[in-house]
Amino acid sequence: MLELDQLVMDFSGFKAVNGCSFRVEENSITGLIGPNGAGKTTLFNLIAGALQPTSGSIRFLGEDVTNLASHQLFHKGLVRTFQIPHEFHKLTALENLMMVPPSQPGESLFANWLAWGRVKSSEHDVERKAYETLEFLELSHVAHERAGNLSGGQKKLLELGRTMMTDAKLVLLDEPAAGVNRTLLRKLEAKIEILNKERGYTFILIEHDMEMIEKLCDPVVCMAEGRVLIQGDFQTVRSDPQVLEAYLGETTGDAA
Amino acid sequence: MELLGLVNYALFMAIFICIYALLALGLNIQWGFAGLFNAGIAGFFAVGAYTSAIISTPPADGRIGGFDLHFVVGWIAAMLAAALVAWPIGKICLRFRSDYLAIATIGIAEIIRLVIKSEPALTNGARGISSIPRPAGDLAYMESQIAYLVIVLAVLIAVYFLVERQFNAPWGRMMRAIRDNEDAAKAMGKNVEFRRLEAFIFGAALMGLGGALFAHFNRSITPEAIDPMVATFLIWIMLILGGSGNNRGAILGAAVVWIIWSVSEIATDRLPTEYAVQAKYIRLFLIGLMLQLVLRFRPEGLLPEPLRGDQRVTKSGTDQS
Repeated sequence: MLELDQLVMDFSGFKAVNGCSFRVEENSITGLIGPNGAGKTTLFNLIAGALQPTSGSIRFLGEDVTNLASHQLFHKGLVRTFQIPHEFHKLTALENLMMVPPSQPGESLFANWLAWGRVKSSEHDVERKAYETLEFLELSHVAHERAGNLSGGQKKLLELGRTMMTDAKLVLLDEPAAGVNRTLLRKLEAKIEILNKERGYTFILIEHDMEMIEKLCDPVVCMAEGRVLIQGDFQTVRSDPQVLEAYLGETTGDAA
Repeated sequence: MELLGLVNYALFMAIFICIYALLALGLNIQWGFAGLFNAGIAGFFAVGAYTSAIISTPPADGRIGGFDLHFVVGWIAAMLAAALVAWPIGKICLRFRSDYLAIATIGIAEIIRLVIKSEPALTNGARGISSIPRPAGDLAYMESQIAYLVIVLAVLIAVYFLVERQFNAPWGRMMRAIRDNEDAAKAMGKNVEFRRLEAFIFGAALMGLGGALFAHFNRSITPEAIDPMVATFLIWIMLILGGSGNNRGAILGAAVVWIIWSVSEIATDRLPTEYAVQAKYIRLFLIGLMLQLVLRFRPEGLLPEPLRGDQRVTKSGTDQS
């Protein structure tokens, strides 16, 4: 489904991603781990089109998408969330979801003046879908709250909800568990699993919570210094001496 | 007689409030909806004023036109011209982040002012264009004022509904989302660059219309009128004070600021001449002070940005952030 070939991202001398290649199979949940500064989020930004790689190529669904912008990739079915929640803070939680579906008739200025009926009926469908999503995420009670007033965990859920408002094929989740309390975390895991099994979403998931990785991800890709260190199932990766060295070699001691 | 003067003055003020409210609505689309810091309102105002003037004045020597067309044609042309001028400006400048956009638009407004001042073939230079027909201008003074107020008010109400419709529609939601978080909006498939340009042009067209209404009311337009103080910054103060992101706030802000602005003029004019000139600056100080107070005690403006239209009644409808 997704093929990365020798991706390099050079920030004027500092190579955050340095020759990274791997493949993601359809309907899998790939875990992306690695010590801080391994280039995981930069890699996400490259895949999602927020950054253009210095060299290398990205193929998505058999098509070269290396130089597409993020809004174009979205329309091909690639959706992402952010490490730090990027909610639309002055919009309500409901509106945060309602803005997502692509090509809504009401996104045209003229349709809003001249074809209000068509806009309204589309709005009706979008609103119902948004309410369903909020209910699925157990966020119905904050539907009309400004998203900026939600808790960190609720914002994470809302980000996940945005990916459900469109026909996503590949979803990139950047640290969905960070800052989320245990109960909510288990809930989040369950949601991801359901989306994967029932809706056929393919996930790539950056995470430091090893419990979550173990539970959800196969395969697991471990990155260090901008390239792939090892790839395999969780046990193989965990017991690999290179991985241990990559984590423990870090003086910051942030071993997951 | 005293009463009559008062009524006349009120009419005069109401017409100006309507014109400024239009400009504030235009700015609200750009800043309140889309987060675009346009500090060159005067430029679009001028383009609209001059376009309508050239189109609707009788033929004149030494400059292009006039074409002696109906004022409605002039007003529509004013909107189109302002939109047309906004298009390349937006195309180039909207890539800048907000503070740079502000600097770029100030510069462009100044360029427009200088072009107008120094192109007599187009604008009659520093003397400006006069004898612009005023709709219902043939009536007696007061009737004519009333008629013009009715026209301007009708335009304002129509524009208010057109803009308000967009705020709650998916278009407005998308613009507010882009304003709140550009990266996330991109990741959700919105073409941010194109949408910003749309909002910029939409807002500029209303500013052009405001300029045209101003020119027809005064029956003349000169480069003097394109003073950034009254044609850009006063409108910014109106929007911030009234509440950016809220169309009613924009109109309320226009009313409050214009009333203070023009009443303070009467007050300072009553002073002996030797003080009157200096007192002019007191008016600027007064407006500045008011802005400070609003920003300190009510940063969201008199009427804060509403939650989505039909949900205003929920308990969170009064914003507590």
